[in-house]
Amino acid sequence: MSTMTSPPAVTSRQGSAPKSWMSSRFTAIAILIAVLALLPLVLPNAFYFDLVIRIMINAVIAIALNLLIGYTGQISLGHAGFFGIGAYGSAILTARYNMPPLLSLAIATLAAAALAWLVAGAILRLKGHYLAMATLGLGIIISIILNNEAAWTGGPDGMSVDTFRMFGLRLAGEQSWYWMFAGLLVASIVLAQNLVDSPAGRALQALHGSEVAASVVGIDTAAFKTRVFVVSAGTTAAMGGLAAFYMGFITPNLAAFQHSIELMTMVVVGGMASVYGSVFGAALLSLLPQALARVEGWETVIFGFILVGTMIFMPRGIVPSIAALLRKKDA
Amino acid sequence: MAQFLQFVFSGITVGATYALAALGFSIIYNASGIINFAQGEFMMIGGMAAVFLAAAGIPLPLAIVLAVCIVALTGLIIEKLMIEPARDAEIVSIIIITIGISMILRGLVEVFLGKANHALPSFSGEKPLAVLGATILPQSLWVLGVSTLLVVVLGFFFGRTRTGKAMLAASYNRLAAQLVGVNTNSVLLLSFILSATIGAIGGILIAPIATTSYDAGLMLGLKGFVAATLGGLGNGLGAVVGGLFLGLFEAMTAGYISSAYKDAAPFILILLILTFRPQGVFGAKQTDRV
Repeated sequence: MSTMTSPPAVTSRQGSAPKSWMSSRFTAIAILIAVLALLPLVLPNAFYFDLVIRIMINAVIAIALNLLIGYTGQISLGHAGFFGIGAYGSAILTARYNMPPLLSLAIATLAAAALAWLVAGAILRLKGHYLAMATLGLGIIISIILNNEAAWTGGPDGMSVDTFRMFGLRLAGEQSWYWMFAGLLVASIVLAQNLVDSPAGRALQALHGSEVAASVVGIDTAAFKTRVFVVSAGTTAAMGGLAAFYMGFITPNLAAFQHSIELMTMVVVGGMASVYGSVFGAALLSLLPQALARVEGWETVIFGFILVGTMIFMPRGIVPSIAALLRKKDA
Repeated sequence: MAQFLQFVFSGITVGATYALAALGFSIIYNASGIINFAQGEFMMIGGMAAVFLAAAGIPLPLAIVLAVCIVALTGLIIEKLMIEPARDAEIVSIIIITIGISMILRGLVEVFLGKANHALPSFSGEKPLAVLGATILPQSLWVLGVSTLLVVVLGFFFGRTRTGKAMLAASYNRLAAQLVGVNTNSVLLLSFILSATIGAIGGILIAPIATTSYDAGLMLGLKGFVAATLGGLGNGLGAVVGGLFLGLFEAMTAGYISSAYKDAAPFILILLILTFRPQGVFGAKQTDRV
């Protein structure tokens, strides 16, 4: 244990293989940027642009959620609630108070982060199932409020959202949104990877290993968990707000329990504690409904089987399992 | 007063169903540490199967027995095919598996039985009985009577029989139970069959009062989870008390505060309770070891 936690040991381990470690990371991000830059040339129409945009929105959320689930071992069954706060907060502030979209988005994001911070103190002391229960409860309460307060939210029928303006520019059309979300996705991947390998990130991973041990070696476990929870909630809310502006119309379904499950599934199926796993999970779960549209009615069943199958045969998630398999072949 | 009593009646009726759901959660949790998110689906399938068997012309009592058997069999198959292979996975993974199972079950019912709402015929008429100025449905008496009976039988099973004691032993310490010869795998299997059976009975009992449909299991299951948490996970008596209290709390919220926020009430309650008593009302304080 001492070798893992004492600073010199950590630096020496990093120092032993800095090159391959750095280069593989840069290769991966370079490939992603190239793919994102070339994709618009091959996407045939608006439908496919829309699909890729949805994947990117989900990917950013999954990365943020993965910081919580994958790196701290904390579970959240209520993140769709934060998504809903971001979406409805932005929509209501622009539509009813004539606020500029960027300001509305910022306020809604801060509100979600503040709520997360407020509840974090109480619920992050909880473990395992009790934490699952608490986040689940929070998400469901938010979704019921959105359904009931029809005077503000339009109720179950939903509400329309103003167009997004930023510094005098109107952001409209799939093309411009595409570049916006592509930029955000690349930024979140870089940020998440840097965070994971920073001292703070190592502290997070220690938390996942053993909370008691982490606190014994001097990590303020409560403060770390709270920060990660707030960051993941805030990111989810910000993406919720942007998604609302992009879609132009929102319903309370996007805050529903099922959406929370989808988000968590992206993380777990893609691969816990794996940034690219989250991207892959987001892509898989966003494409699945399209692929399953042919088998009308069976979507839920097949979705369920994919969840169960992945967890039984690849409990660490698809991307880490395949990566481990490839490494084995190499050696 | 009569109005209050009316709310109490509807509260304990629904509460008894939550109590059965919570018992289902507790039994599986005790046997394995797993929260089974498909518990609500067991209840839904029980109700739906009884409705369709009865509609197919099978006499109601026989339809009910068959429906319970179908769900018990479902519990057995699920445990064998999907839970046992993942026995040693992390909690998050197993939660996802049970969520996946709930989707499979819900989806299959949707495909084969449709999306419509159904009501099971009441067991003994629809004529409300007058009690102290309020009325109570005969079906409510069925719910309360059968639930009480089930709790007594379960108490006897866990307290007096060899198998029940073995299950209890496995819940305290799996390894130690194994060492004294308890087959913990069959304990897990039995816990799924038992929970499925209890869930099915709960789902069938409430089906004549609250209608049932392919997605009725979601809320029932979540509220059962709330009730189980309220009573302290794994505490049988806590589950029953938690369920009844939850039903009453919900009925009072609907009656005196807002019926629109009836469904939010259990979740607000559990958030408050977890904030002030993280281990549930009846749960013992636990310390983690490194």
